Amino acid sequence: MTCSEFLALLDDLIDDSVTADARAELQEHLRGCEHCEVTLNTTRKTIEIYRSHEIYDLPAGLRERLHAAIMARCKKGC
Amino acid sequence: MTIIQPIAQELEPHPDVALVDRVRGGDVSAYDKLVQKYERQIFRIAQNITQNREDAEDVMQDAFLKAYEKIDQFQGNSRFYTWLVRIAVNESLMRLRKRRTGKMVSIDEDVETEEGSVPRDLADWAPDPEQNYNQAELAEILRKTIQGLPQGFRIVFALRDVEGLSTEETAETLGLSIPAVKSRLLRARLQLRERLSRYFRRKQGPGETRNEK
Repeated sequence: MTCSEFLALLDDLIDDSVTADARAELQEHLRGCEHCEVTLNTTRKTIEIYRSHEIYDLPAGLRERLHAAIMARCKKGC
Repeated sequence: MTIIQPIAQELEPHPDVALVDRVRGGDVSAYDKLVQKYERQIFRIAQNITQNREDAEDVMQDAFLKAYEKIDQFQGNSRFYTWLVRIAVNESLMRLRKRRTGKMVSIDEDVETEEGSVPRDLADWAPDPEQNYNQAELAEILRKTIQGLPQGFRIVFALRDVEGLSTEETAETLGLSIPAVKSRLLRARLQLRERLSRYFRRKQGPGETRNEK
């Protein structure tokens, strides 16, 4: 397996949607390729960091304003 | 006689189904619960697409209001959450079009770029690289980095990896094919990785050289 072939299956490997055969081939490639190992680990880390950190604060009072807007709409309709 | 057990247990209805039913029956407090449950996600999606705080606030408000008004149109063959996300994505794209009058805004833009297709920065990262920054610094790095992605990649990454939609749900929400979602996701992930490397790479000690191993 070449590095390009590895890269083409990187997402499936990360998302755990590869067949057992493909996984074995990918792992075989990883054993001999430090570059692809770094790419895999740091790509996984990238996703994990974005998933676990809130990067936008919810503006204060937004929920209350939304609630008021919904109540206003509700008086008209429901 | 042997009783044959059913293979699959009947699936429990999603808790949102009961809340949606209550809203349809006129119970506004049930809608407040749905808002509380999803406001953070919807705001984040709006921020990730519009890249503008004011627009994101408006999108969030408009999306929840629209969903409230159209709740009778919600079919229940998808999750309430993905239905809401679709409304928020459409509102966000509309907001972008308004802001950039005369300029085409499409989730198809910039897809031809080859940047990030092949990793160039192959330095390994520090073991817990985010710990070298305080929360505010880290949030700034992550915001700046995702902001630099082409829009079509950013939306796919936000829905798929940050909000946890499946590939199929992402494709349906954006009106893209599954291969298009997959190809954008790969490039988004690789570009973000490449860009974060400059902050997170392992600092080399004296006498160490790269690729020493």
